[in-house]
Amino acid sequence: MSRKNSIGSRLFMGLVFFFLYAPILLLIIFSFNEGTSSAVWKGFSLKWYGELFQDRIIMNSVYTTLIVSVIATLVATVAGTLAAIGFYNMRKSIREPLMTINGIPMMNADIVTGVSLCLLFAAAFGAWNGFVSWMEVNYRLTAPRLYQGFGTLLIAHITFNIPYVILSVMPKLKQMDKHLLDAAQDLGCTWMQAFWKVALPEIKPGIVSGMLIAFTMSIDDFVISYFTAGATSSTLAMTIYSMTKKRVSPEINAISTLLFGAVLVLLILVNVLETRQQKQKKYTD
Amino acid sequence: MAKELIRLSNCCMSFDDNVVLDNINLYINDQEFLTLLGPSGCGKTTTLRIIGGFQTPTSGEVLFDGEKINDVPPHKRAVNTVFQRYALFPHLNVYENIAFGLRLPKTDPETKKKVKLSEAEIKARVTEMLTAVNLTGFEKRSVTSLSGGQQQRVAIARALVNRPKVLLLDEPLGALDLRLRKDMQNELKRIQKAMGITFIYVTHDQEEALAMSDTVVVMDGGKIQQIGTPEDIYNEPKNAFVADFIGESNIIDGYMRGDGVVEIFNRRFACLDKGFAVNEPVDVVIRPEDVDIVPEAEGQLTGTVTSVTFKGVHYDIIVDFYGFKWLIQTTDLSPVGSRIGIKIDPDGIHVMKKSHYSGMFGDYSSYSEEYEEISDASYDPTEEDEGDSNEET
Repeated sequence: MSRKNSIGSRLFMGLVFFFLYAPILLLIIFSFNEGTSSAVWKGFSLKWYGELFQDRIIMNSVYTTLIVSVIATLVATVAGTLAAIGFYNMRKSIREPLMTINGIPMMNADIVTGVSLCLLFAAAFGAWNGFVSWMEVNYRLTAPRLYQGFGTLLIAHITFNIPYVILSVMPKLKQMDKHLLDAAQDLGCTWMQAFWKVALPEIKPGIVSGMLIAFTMSIDDFVISYFTAGATSSTLAMTIYSMTKKRVSPEINAISTLLFGAVLVLLILVNVLETRQQKQKKYTD
Repeated sequence: MAKELIRLSNCCMSFDDNVVLDNINLYINDQEFLTLLGPSGCGKTTTLRIIGGFQTPTSGEVLFDGEKINDVPPHKRAVNTVFQRYALFPHLNVYENIAFGLRLPKTDPETKKKVKLSEAEIKARVTEMLTAVNLTGFEKRSVTSLSGGQQQRVAIARALVNRPKVLLLDEPLGALDLRLRKDMQNELKRIQKAMGITFIYVTHDQEEALAMSDTVVVMDGGKIQQIGTPEDIYNEPKNAFVADFIGESNIIDGYMRGDGVVEIFNRRFACLDKGFAVNEPVDVVIRPEDVDIVPEAEGQLTGTVTSVTFKGVHYDIIVDFYGFKWLIQTTDLSPVGSRIGIKIDPDGIHVMKKSHYSGMFGDYSSYSEEYEEISDASYDPTEEDEGDSNEET
């Protein structure tokens, strides 16, 4: 009886995973297809990967994506860590509501974040550009006009990355024995030295996993980028999207496979780090 | 020999509207072992943190060697602390934990230049400390792999290696089991004598305080209740709180009928206390071990035994005298229900002035509950965090 049940549940699980991963598997397989078709297998080839690296537009957007992700991740990691320390030192009655507010952007639909950032940039730049025109007319002074582009894209990415860093650093701070900083100062450290020498090593795992999550989110993002990148810059996700509109090239399969692989590696890294921490903690307890 | 090292004068501390310390006046001598003793929330940890520099008193002065140090940060004070849960640095091994303070550049008081110790000197001092706390060979061990007692020793070594003038210890033995605690008490006393430095020790364990200290400061409700040697505190408690907190006491309402005469239960007893007004109402302390049991006819007081507990060395018996229950410790068994008489020598009676603690302690009517409370000396690290800004409440 239980044996039958277990076969049934295994079958069900198999089906679930099949539907989840079959499309991705298909995409990966056909990225190695010799032919142009996404339905007929013509033989193994790395042709599309080769063409991919020849494609200016794609390589440009890969470059943009990497630059934006790296800079946004670094800035968000520093800002998020400092913010988490600030939160940690607040009273609980203030800290808890702030943490809830911190959680909202993560729960919020990307499209809302994207549109609202887009509106904000449009309003701010509109006002600035109007001011510049007015100065030109009245005082013959010129100042640069501002448009959405790489800068706004970067600001948007930093914005949506910060909450993830805070969320991942905060538990590490709470776990830390709060007398550690006292002890370091007692032994002769200034507050700053105590932070670098004692607190930072303690919360480092949280910072690293926050950084990896932020980087994954940045690489992965389409909606928010779409609304904030303006006309001049394009991330990889945006380029792929526009390619699907024109012609379905197998290059898409190749680049998607690479993207999938990159994100997968990052996620595995985050998980490995977390399990290692848990093991360490178990050992300590 | 006694040279004053630290003085707190009129120190008050409050968090918001919560008064934690109420006008503390205290001086601590060089090379003294002083214990701050009291129940949780009495302000003893706050007092220690003020001396350590982690908190600044709301009003009053902290003097070190005659100099006001209210605003001197912890890293510039010649004191080091052993924290409640040791607060060892988990990412460093035993050696690096102890060397932590030595690796920081110190400012030379004469040349005003930053001086760094050489690696050889650091090694010599760490090794010396490891020997002092019996941890030779543990250099490379991770601190998280050590037992509680070993972590304790690392914490002490880490503080002492900086050669402070004063070592502050915040319930350092609280997390250890009973046997280990006794060993560490002797160990600490030995270290203090050997290094010749001042120890300021915080505990809620009266036995620990009596066994180790030169001076005991009993605190409650943010106030100092009594300062004295362990013998003074035990034999001459100032009020009902001290009498009850230190050891077991029967505390009975009485009247002074003249110098050396006190009346309880309408009977006069000879005592050694003088200087009270005639007919002044007082609290009378009688320690359970100072009562002699005699046949009913010979007793100064007679009562009925209501409970007997075998304690190994002696019996704890509860005796009902006219509705007031006493705890008496005796080696002779008197069965429950028997009538007994008691005799108390004049030096077994201690008379105290009435205080706002009068009537709150010293009655063993609710014997069993009281006992639970006493044996419940197990230690809860969260209860002493009086008013930290990021307190988890």
